Formats: sequence, structure tokens, C-alpha cells
Amino acid sequence: MAKVSKIRKSKKRSKVAGSSSKKPPVVYDDEQEEDVCGAEEDVSSEEDDGEDERKRQKLLEAIGALGGKRKHALAERSEAAVHMSEFSMTADDEADLSDLIGTIEKTPAATAQTKKHLKNLQRSKNTVECPLSKQENERIQRDVAFQKAALEVSRWQSIITQNQRAEQLVFPLNQEPSGPKPIEQVVMGWEARTPLEKEIFSLLAANKQPILDAVLTPAEEASVKAMDLEQVKIRRAERQKARALQSYYEAKARRERKIKSKKYHKVQNKAKRKEFVKQFEELVKTDPAAALEELDKMERARMQERMSLKHQNSGKWAKSKAIMAKYDEGARKAMQQQLEVNKDLTQKLVTSLSKEEEEEEEGEGNTDMLPDFVNDAEFKQDSSNPWMRGRLSEDPTEMELKDTMDVTAEGASAVTKEAEEEEGSEAEGTEEDALLREFDSRRKQRQDQESDTSAVIVNDGDDGVEEDQVTEDKVAEISDEEEEGLSEFTRMYRGIGKSLEKDAGSKDGSAELEEGLMRIRSVDDVDLLPQETPTEPQQAPTPQHQKSAEQQPSRSRKRKKGIELREVLTKETKVIKVPLAPTVTDSEEKLDQRVLIEEAFAGDDVISDFAREKRKREDEGKPKVIDLTLPGWGEWGGLGLKPSKRKRRRFRIRTEVPPPRKDQHLPSVIISEKRNSAITPHQVSSLPFPFENPAQFESSIRTPLGRTWNTERTVKKMTKPRVVTQLGAIIEPMADEQLLKGKKKVSARRRSRNTKTRTQPAK
Amino acid sequence: MKSKATFTDSHVEKKIKVKRPSVRYWNEPQKEDKSRDGENTGEAAVQQDRRAKKRKQKDETSAEKKLFSEKSDPFPGSAPIPKDRLQKFKRKDKITKPPRHYRKLKQVITRSEEASDLALKQAARFDLLLPEDAGFLEGDEDEDTCTISQEDIAEAVDITSGAKYFNLKLTQFGPYRVDYSKTGRQLLLGGRRGHLACFDWQTKQLMCEINVMESISDVKWLHTDSMFAVAQKQWLYVYDSNGIELHCIRKFNDVLRMQFLPYHFLLATASATSFLQYLDVSTGKEVAAICTKTGRLDVMCQNPHNAIIHLGHSNGTVTLWSPNQKEALVKMLCHQGGVRSVAVDKMGNYMVTSGMDKKLKVFDIRALKPLTSYFLPAGASCLSLSQRGLLSAATGDVVQVYRDVWSTPVTKPYMAHRVRGSVWGLQFCPFEDVLGVGHGEGFTSMLVPGAGEPNFDGLDANPYRSAKQRQEWEVKALLEKIQPELISLDPTDLGRVDRATFEQRHQEKVQSLGFDPHAKEKFVPKFKKKGRSSAGAVERRKKQVAHVDQRDVIRKSVEDKVKMEEQQKRKEAKKAALSRRKSALDRFKK
Repeated sequence: MAKVSKIRKSKKRSKVAGSSSKKPPVVYDDEQEEDVCGAEEDVSSEEDDGEDERKRQKLLEAIGALGGKRKHALAERSEAAVHMSEFSMTADDEADLSDLIGTIEKTPAATAQTKKHLKNLQRSKNTVECPLSKQENERIQRDVAFQKAALEVSRWQSIITQNQRAEQLVFPLNQEPSGPKPIEQVVMGWEARTPLEKEIFSLLAANKQPILDAVLTPAEEASVKAMDLEQVKIRRAERQKARALQSYYEAKARRERKIKSKKYHKVQNKAKRKEFVKQFEELVKTDPAAALEELDKMERARMQERMSLKHQNSGKWAKSKAIMAKYDEGARKAMQQQLEVNKDLTQKLVTSLSKEEEEEEEGEGNTDMLPDFVNDAEFKQDSSNPWMRGRLSEDPTEMELKDTMDVTAEGASAVTKEAEEEEGSEAEGTEEDALLREFDSRRKQRQDQESDTSAVIVNDGDDGVEEDQVTEDKVAEISDEEEEGLSEFTRMYRGIGKSLEKDAGSKDGSAELEEGLMRIRSVDDVDLLPQETPTEPQQAPTPQHQKSAEQQPSRSRKRKKGIELREVLTKETKVIKVPLAPTVTDSEEKLDQRVLIEEAFAGDDVISDFAREKRKREDEGKPKVIDLTLPGWGEWGGLGLKPSKRKRRRFRIRTEVPPPRKDQHLPSVIISEKRNSAITPHQVSSLPFPFENPAQFESSIRTPLGRTWNTERTVKKMTKPRVVTQLGAIIEPMADEQLLKGKKKVSARRRSRNTKTRTQPAK
Repeated sequence: MKSKATFTDSHVEKKIKVKRPSVRYWNEPQKEDKSRDGENTGEAAVQQDRRAKKRKQKDETSAEKKLFSEKSDPFPGSAPIPKDRLQKFKRKDKITKPPRHYRKLKQVITRSEEASDLALKQAARFDLLLPEDAGFLEGDEDEDTCTISQEDIAEAVDITSGAKYFNLKLTQFGPYRVDYSKTGRQLLLGGRRGHLACFDWQTKQLMCEINVMESISDVKWLHTDSMFAVAQKQWLYVYDSNGIELHCIRKFNDVLRMQFLPYHFLLATASATSFLQYLDVSTGKEVAAICTKTGRLDVMCQNPHNAIIHLGHSNGTVTLWSPNQKEALVKMLCHQGGVRSVAVDKMGNYMVTSGMDKKLKVFDIRALKPLTSYFLPAGASCLSLSQRGLLSAATGDVVQVYRDVWSTPVTKPYMAHRVRGSVWGLQFCPFEDVLGVGHGEGFTSMLVPGAGEPNFDGLDANPYRSAKQRQEWEVKALLEKIQPELISLDPTDLGRVDRATFEQRHQEKVQSLGFDPHAKEKFVPKFKKKGRSSAGAVERRKKQVAHVDQRDVIRKSVEDKVKMEEQQKRKEAKKAALSRRKSALDRFKK
């Protein structure tokens, strides 16, 4: 029977996935079957035909009660459940599908459609997948834990980057700015001293009147803090869900009390230990003193454990087990357990407490029974959440894995064998975990949607299905007065589902786009690139180059024609009138005969000399052709024989054409083309990191830092140390308040930037 | 030593306006502003006033930010800075901002821009603290300033300034070379016939006076006023201010001209044997000796901007030298005859040359292009440029001073003065409106209003420094000494990225070391006994290690190739798998 239900459910699931609006056409005729379906009906019933169904169900229940045997099992259920518990089944009422179908065929009342349906079911021989192995299960748990931790850590990311980018950090961080304060602040800090003043202030405080010039009175603030209608509705829905869960847990606890399996209780004990840790955490929040005592106790136990080596592999028992472990699985397991215990006990205690969670728990009130992972981190990645963006996107394989996990969990619930009891319970645990996580995630999504409707929520398609199921669940549960708010919910969810579908399409498109980008970036395709891409840009500039090359000589020729050496030297000169004529001429001049002669022959000689020298320099710089041909090598040699043209061409080495000379356009100047290598050891040889081209770097160091060229203030600003620590001050790690402050700052800056960008165009 | 102020009859009436008393900071600032910066700044100031008013109005109309005392700031924000003053301190243009997505780069650039902006603005603001103003000579209508005699000027100015005009009649040891110390306090005179004297020329206090009993071709102060170098007939000597010979440097022979590079502590000498030598005064070592192969070097000057030495030659060329290069950095053909004198202005923008062809030419030394050319009837034998850009040229026994030689065409001198003998040395005194002229009959200190820089840098060259300050300065200057390797035509080269290729650098290293440090040792097979070192065996052994590098490279490349292919395959498979799955909605299909 359980098998049937399982198959049913999965079938229905797939149907809903295909078209959520369609209702599975199931008709119940048989008594036996209806018992099971009664529960199911609850789940699957929709609003439109709710009345009839309920009546019918009542009738069926009444009929079922006549049987007497199952009365007890049914009475256990205090609330409607989505899933059938395998614990309510006994071994003797195990049913097979073929039996059921056989009965249907006998009964004429069954419709042809139903028969067909059942036949189809019989034909499909899909076995239920086995539950996940322990390792995989643990891996998933670790994954979840990691994500939670990552989320926790990622909250700090912005403030850390902010600090990293800061020009100067002054430790300790949260210091009051030194220097004069505005007088307003100083006056604000004034204290009441005289008795009269104190009385007045106490009166003000009692009447909740603002002592300082606040914007809002405390009462006003309280009203602002009060939630709006929608929020209230959401909260209420949540509380309802929580209540439902509570009933679940109560049922579960009742069931568990009766189990006699040793193994099971071992597992249970472990869970209890974990619970203890959790409770301890609570205690830390509520009563630190008691927690401290507890902590002391634990610490002592841990120390003892560490000292005693009790649970390590060194004991006699452990050694014997180690020998056995090769052959006996039980021994292996025992050893593993022991090691785990050891690990647990010797581990250093880490208590991570976040206040937000605490607050939420307080708000919900009746969450004592709820496990802590109600407040767990969101499992799925939310692209609208800026904190999550930095991490890797989820693998599709991982998603699949998650799906399979869900399926197996449900499958496991159907399995009734005693041997698999433990795994079953485990699976159930995971199933419930998944459910809770879903709730949590959905709540967060809702909040997100409220805050930012435009934000795109990326989620898997399967999720949507589950959501629908849950909404159905809810509809069944809630009373009429609550229905209004919840219908809103369902609408919202459906909206999400639709948006999800759209998203899925768009996501795929974007993925394709990304792939296109990837292709260019990837290392492999670099090889392909040079065949394609460089040809285009190269082709384009070459004609220009040629043009410019063609133009340049003509231009230079023109220039050369324009500026002649002689012209430079015989430029028109202005005659200066000198009031006092020199009476004495230099005696030296007269003495130096050679100079006189040179003066007499001034002109051509000097100019032609200079021109010759310049030409010589130019020739030196020109590329030389090195001819390495050896006559007679590889061919006939001798008088009158010349090496062939081909050979000469082959062995002629041409050097590169040097860049144009600097004095190209200066006829009366020779500039040395030699590189000044003396300065190179003092120069920066490779471009430092963030700079892209030398020009940027050069301009960034253009301003000297020294006191010779700058005012004192500038020097101090430019040589500001990156980190300043106050002598003797304790530098404490950042607190949570810092985080909040940083957030505020960031948001304020962002706002200011926005306003800036808005104001700029107006200018 | 006899000093005597000679007063000849003035040939002009006393209708001169002389150097105005320098404006002090306690005077009204606005007036000063206008007088200093001319009309432009005046207008700018007015505009700024208007703007300030506007701003004030705007502030008043908009939300008034009042202080606690209910008073609003009438001049909100920082005071505006005139544009021209900003321009004065500007270093280089800003770069265009990088694309947005380079966050780190953007951050670095914005920070450096902010810093340089602050530096610029602060410097422009602090320009206000330079209260002294340069004076100038202004004649009446129809009166040339060049006709105003020195005596008239000396009479018109205050007593201390008037005392700066004096003549030293030193007829015996004939024509004198002149050098003022960096601070402008001390004067060094070197007579051709061996007379050497240094004294505080303002107080006329003699520090030392000797005769070296040898011909002196040039004298130069070293970094402080307690040491000077003298180029004598054979060797170069260093004396201290008491006249005690400190060094005789035999490596430097037949020196004709000297230049001292104050920030590098280098004494550059040009000799008759066409050698240009550099002496590091702080370590006493010869930094470089360059054979210029251009004959006798008797024309020399330095570019104060980049410490490049300019040499003038008899074939009409001027060459530029640095100690790091054995050949001339630049060779310019300036004159048709020989070059007689060269001078470079303080900012290193202009070079003035005079040649045998009786021309005076101005060059833009940055672009290496001629700017203007003047014809002087007698030709100038000596040239000197003052800190404020006044050019003094000596033609025979007449000293002429020109203003704005490069910006506006000059037709007549700003000032002129006839000295007794032919001029041999000429130098403007730093931070003073004085031109020292060494001539055949002694020395003349001329008053040239507007020659010297009115504001001195107290940390660099302080004319009023005490002994203690001088000592401190010396230590600091030595610590901040610039290495001779950094001398180059463009002093901003140091701030450039070396764009030479790796090969180029390697080549340079090999050249400087004399061997290749990265070269691999050649494999030499060990000698083995028992006939195992036969030629064949040796060859075989050689073959084993031959082309090991090449083989490695090939092996690696093959491995890489295989790896790449594998990757490619994997990628393709992945792509195929991805392309098979068409849409995310496929999973809902049956």
C-alpha cells in the first residue's frame, strides 16, 4: 500500500510539474485504498471542490473507523500530513499493486480511465532509489554548513575591502576624531548636575519626551517600528506553518518513544548531544553566568578527555577492534564511532552567536521545538543578494544531486523494512530538514521581493513545484479568517513560479552568451585567434602606414627645401644701436692670427664642414647590408665567376631600419643618437602593477615628494603612512557594530554618489 | 689692494626714476597684486571679487549654513587662486582617466592626481609668501635708460644700494676674471698675472689676497664660500678662503675655463688640450674626462636647469656635453665665425651666443632652434645672463645690458656702461641688482636694477646665513647630492620608464662587465684513462650533452601540445554536451 502511495505521489508530482493547474484524475472506489488516500486527499484537494471532498472524506473516515484495526494508527495523526509515515504500517497489511489492480478489474464501477491508468502504473517498473550514502549525506551537510559560514563571513567583505582600499588606517579603528568639535556636539554632551536639572530630566524621561532635539519622540518611533499590515500577515502565516511543524514534531516524538532499537538510540543520543550544544548556545545568549559554568564543566571534561586518551586508538579494546576491522563491518563502525567521539570531545569549542537569529527566534515565540536550522542560511544562491555574488555559481550537478536527495528521502519514507529503520529515520530527518530549509528560503525570498520587486530570483524549476505543493498544503490547513492573507501568498508564489520560468529561459540565453565570451578568453582558443583576428586589425593600419610613409618623405623633402643651413645662419638680424662705441678693441683678437683668418674666410667653409659631418653621422646610422656569400662554395669558383644571384640574396643580411633621427628637421643641429645608459639603473625598468601604460605611471610620479619642492602640508599628505597605530592602545578585532556602521557609511556614500551623478548633468 | 670709487661727471640730468622700494608684506595686498601681475591679474582679481559676491548671494539665498553663534561665513570655502599663479607651478598635464573598470588603477591615479593638485594649489597659495619684488629702471619721456650713468643711479638710490656701485682700480695684474659665490656674498677676483683676491664685496671685507706667481686663466667658487678653484698656468689648484693651497690637481692641466655644478658637486673644466673633465669635489675623484677633439676650449657655460655643459668652438659650433657620454649630445652650428661667448638662462630655456661674425644670437635650447639674431657693431666678447633674464654683453670696454632678448626684438640696450679696460670677466651677482665686471684696469661693480632674484630660498642659497646654518646646509647638500649619472639633456628622464628591450639591456650589461654573465659554460669532456678519452669517445660524450637545452625545449613544447590537444578535446566535448541541452525548461518535458 505504501508503495502505491509512493508511486501515486511521484506521478502526481510530475503532473504538477508539467501543468500545475491540472488536477490528477483519481477516482477512489475501493475501501482499502481510500484509507490511504484519505490522507492524500487532504494534501491534493483544491479550493474549488473542497466542500464535496470534505464531506466525502468524513464519510470515508466513518467507514474506515468501522474496521477497528487501524483506528489506533490514525488517531496518532493530530494534523494533516503531507507524507505518510511508514511507522504507522505493520508488516501484515503489506499490499501489492497487482492485488489492488486485480480488485479493480473485478469491480465494474471503476472507469476505463482509471483502469488504464493503473495498468500504466503496473507496467512501469521503476524501483525506488536507495537513500544517499552516509558520506554523501555528510558532504551535503558540510556544504550547507560551509555556505552558512561563508554567508556569515561574506557580511564582512565590504568593510574589509573598504579598509583595504582606504588611504590610511588608524588603529584602534573606532576612534573619535581628534581636534575641535562643533559646539553643538559639545553642548549635547552636557550633563545634568544640579538637583533641579536632574529632576527635570527625570520627568522628561518618564514622559518619554525628547531630552535632546530628536526628530521623533520615543512614542513616534515605536509606532514607526510597528509593522504594516502585509508584514503582519506574513508573520502570521509563518506562525501557522510553525504550528503545523510543531504538531509534526510532537507526532514524531510520540513515535520515537516506542522504538526499542539500540542503534536508533545511539543515533538519538548523538542528536541529543548536539541539542545540548545548541541549548548551551541559547544559554550563552540568555544567561551568560550559567553558560560560563557550563562551559567550565565542558572544558574540564574536554581536558580530561585529552589527558586520558580514552577514546583514541591506543586502548586494548581499540587495538583488538583494529585487527578485526578488516573483516568485521561492525567493528569498523564501532571504531569509527569511537574516533568520532574522541574528535568531538577533543575539539576546541567554538561558539558563534549571531544576534539577528536570536531576535528572530524571540519574535516567533514558540520555536522551542523547532530545530535551529529553521534560521539556517539560505541554501540556494540568490543573485539579488549582493553578499552572495562573490561566490562561485552552483554547479548543475550539485543541483541534480539535491533533487535526487529529495526524491530518495521520500522514497525512504515508503520503505517499511525493519532493517532499514535507521536509514529511514535519517532520511526522514533530511526530508524534514529540506522542508524547513524551504520554508526559510521562501521567507527570505518573500522579503527580497518586497524590498526589491525588480530583483530577479534565480531558482530551480523543481523548487517552484515544491512551492506549489506547499501552498496546497497550507490551504488545507488554515482556517477561513487566515485564508485571505494566504491566498495572497499563493498568488505571490505563482508569480514567482512564472518569473522563474521566464528566468530559466533568459538564463539559458545568457549562458550561451557567456559561452561565446568564454570562447575568446580560454587559453585553448588563443591558438585559433591569431589565424583570424590579427589579420583584420593589421590589414587596416597598413594602408595608412604606407600612406604616411609615402607622405613623410615628401614632407621632409619640402621641409628640407624650406630650411637651409645657410638660411639659418644668415637669418635677418637686427642691428643694435650702441650709445657708447668701444674705444679699445680686444688685444687678443689681434694676436690670434688663425682666428682672424677664419673670420676673414667665414661662411662657406664652416657650413660645408658642418653639413659634411652631419651627412657622415646620418650614414653611420643607416642600416648596413652584410654580405656573407662565399664564392666557390657549393658551385664552381674561379676567375671571372660570380656567385649566383639567388645565393647572394640568401646570404645577404639586412639590419633593421632605425627610427628617424631626432635632428631630421634641424639642419644646423646634430643630435647624438646614442642611448644614455648611465641613467637606466636609476629608471623604472618595468611598469608597476596597476598602470597600463608608461604615460600613466609617469604622470603619477610627476610631482616630487620632498620638502624642497612642497609645502609642509603637502609633504605630510603625500607621505602619509598606510597604517597608523596608537602607541600602547589595544587593537581589538572589529565588532558587529563596526559592521553596521560600515554598512551605513557605504550606503550613505552610495547615496551621495547617486546624487552627484544626478547633479552633474544639471551643471 | 686699493679700492676707490670713481665718480665721473654725469652726462645726463638727474631725471631718473630708480628702483622702487620693494613692496613689503605689510603693505596692502591688493595693490601689490596689481602692481606685480599687471593688468591681467587685476582684472582677474576683480572678476574673482564678483564671483565671490555672487557665491555669497547664492549662499545667502539658499539654505544658510549658520554657525552656532548664528553668524554665517561671509567668505565660504577656500580663497580662490589666480590662474596665472597656478600656471606658474604647474608640472605636467593630467592624464586622461582610465576606463572605469580598472578600479585599482583608477584609485591610484585619482590619489596621485589629488596629491599633485594639492601640491600645485599649496605652492600657488604660498607664492604669497614671496613678498619681494624686482625693481627696474624707468626713464623719463624721450630718455633712454641706457644713457643714465651709474653715478646717477648710485646717487638716487639708498645708501646701501648706492654703495654697491664701486670700482676697484687694479692696474698691475691686469685683466680680471670674476666669480660670485652661490649666495652672492663673496666675490673672487683672479688677475691674469697671478693676482688672487676674495672678499665680502658688500662689506668690502677682504678674506684673502695672494699672488700665485703664475698666470691665472679662470677662478671659480666651489660649493661653499670657503673653497675656490683656480685654473693656473699648468695645473688646477684649490685654495681655501684664507688663501691656503689645499690641492694641486695634476690630472687637470692647461685649464682655460671652469664651471661648477652646485647640486652635483662637480667641477667641470675645459682645457687648451680640448679635454673636458669633471671633478667630483665631494670625493675628489675625476668623474669623466672627455676628449672633445675640437681644439682649444675657451668658451664654456653651464645650463643651470640640467647641468649640461655648453662649449663654444672656433668653427662656429656650440656643443652640449654630459659626463656620461663620450660624444657631444648636441652639436649646433651657431655662427659663421668662431663662438666667443655662450650663456644659458636660469630656467634652461634659452641660450645666447656671440660670435666672431659680430652677431648675438638667441636659441631656444629645448627645441634647438634659433629664435632671434642681433648684430652688434663690435661683437660681444663676454656674455652673462642674470637670474631675472637680463643679458649683459661686453663689447670692448663697454658693458651693455639688455632686457627681454628672447621675447621682444631689442633695438637698444637697457643699460650701458663704459669701463676702463677691455672686459675679460662678467657676471651678475645672484640675489642682487649688481653686475660684476672684471677688466684690464681692475673690477667694476655695476648697479643693474631688476637683475637679481628678489626672493631667495633660505634653505638653498641664503645670503644672510650664519656659520651654523652654512654648516647645516653643507651637510644637507652633501646628502642630497645628485649623482653625475643622472645628468642628461632632459632632467625629467629619471621619472620615465625605461623602454629599452631586454636584449638591449643585456647588451649594455655585457658591454659594461666585459663578459656575458648569463652565458653557459661550454662542455669540456673529462679526461679519462685507459684509452677512454679517444677522439671518438670524446665526440660521443659530447654528443650526449649536445643541444640539451634545445632538446628540453622541444620536449616541453611537445608535451604542451599534447596537453593543449587534450584540453581542446575536453572543451569540445563539454561544448557538445552543453549544446545538446537546449533550454532550462527541457527538464519539465516528458
